[in-house]
Amino acid sequence: MFLRVTGTSTVAEGKVDPVHQFTIEPLFGTDHWSIAGHNIAFTNSALWMVITTLVLIVFVGGGAKKAQVPGRWQMAVEGLTGFVDTLLQSNIGDAGRKYLPYVFSLFTFILFANLLGLLPLALVGIHPFTATSHFTVTGVLAIMSFAIVLIVGFAKHGFHFFSLFVPHGTPAVMVPVIFPIELISFLVRPFSLGLRLFVAMMAGHVLLEVLSGFVISGTNAGVGTFFLAGVPSFLLMIGICALELLVAGIQAYVFALLTCVYLNDAENLH
Amino acid sequence: MPQIAQLADTYASQVFWLLVCFGLVFFVIGRGLLPGVVSTIDQRNKQIADDLGAAEAARAAADAEEQAWRIAEGKQRAQAHALIAAAKADAARNTQAALEAAAARIEETTAAAEARIAAARAAAQGEVQDVAAQAAQDIVSRLAGLSVSAEDARGAVQGVLAHG
Repeated sequence: MFLRVTGTSTVAEGKVDPVHQFTIEPLFGTDHWSIAGHNIAFTNSALWMVITTLVLIVFVGGGAKKAQVPGRWQMAVEGLTGFVDTLLQSNIGDAGRKYLPYVFSLFTFILFANLLGLLPLALVGIHPFTATSHFTVTGVLAIMSFAIVLIVGFAKHGFHFFSLFVPHGTPAVMVPVIFPIELISFLVRPFSLGLRLFVAMMAGHVLLEVLSGFVISGTNAGVGTFFLAGVPSFLLMIGICALELLVAGIQAYVFALLTCVYLNDAENLH
Repeated sequence: MPQIAQLADTYASQVFWLLVCFGLVFFVIGRGLLPGVVSTIDQRNKQIADDLGAAEAARAAADAEEQAWRIAEGKQRAQAHALIAAAKADAARNTQAALEAAAARIEETTAAAEARIAAARAAAQGEVQDVAAQAAQDIVSRLAGLSVSAEDARGAVQGVLAHG
């Protein structure tokens, strides 16, 4: 999407708007699709979430064979499953198995959404949309994880779950100070969880767009600026693209890892 | 920033479609496909663990078998050695006995032969005395005309023979 310079509203007086790529454009259902008065139009964001879902279902469905000796595809799906399973096992222990469906869905959904948003499909005129660059999306995912932590925590430990805010070995006099601090740090979790992913994805895409703007403006301004600004910016973009692929994986991993860590608090109260 | 600028217009759509998509992912993949994948992995790991266990047991059995075979082989070797030693001792004893018998036989034969030789010599001696006594009688009767009895002649001959 960093190459979309010829789009109608992207180019205003020859400049590239680096955040235009995050604009949500309704595709259909704008007028009459609504639930309880809230419009639920099918947008480009929804389209890419659906694409993510379909790709994910095809990927896992294609690899969910039960062969004793796995093929490549099955190996890939089992590797991914084993990765998430190890994550849960190492953070929560044997009790972590029951969260595998949720954490696997979370990790793969974010990973695929991140990666699909990075595809250079603009070369063929399709503009990928990164759903995870919207905090409405990452926020819902974060609230979901946080809600599960709260539900599991209170269901398993009742009001004893509040002892989470008093770390083991805290002197009695320190409890009034430590408790609010721990409570606040606990309540900040869903925000940090959701914002981290949103900021990381948005920053990468903006950076690529800004650099591509440098390439185009530099090239348009003449041969001198082409070599001075255009070429270095383009080389930097190649590196940033590789970095963004890494970030796409790391952010999905961090989201899943932190969910595991928080679930561990709820599952095995210290 | 469209995320904020469009928030009021789009949040319902965003949340709704996210819940639809994530719900699909969770129920179709997480609840539907994943248990199969996990059970396949677990089953394979169990199979591998079982196979390794079986191989370990088979190796232990083979080791035990080899040990037993070694002991049996040692025993048989010892038996064979004992048999050979007994056979050797037997053979040595037989040889010894045969040699002794042969030596006794040779001794006997030698003794008999010597006795025969001694007898022959004595007989020859006697004959010589007889011939010498007769010759002496003859010589005396011819030369001196004396008639010497056979006993005297014999005694004379014996005396001469004894004195060399």
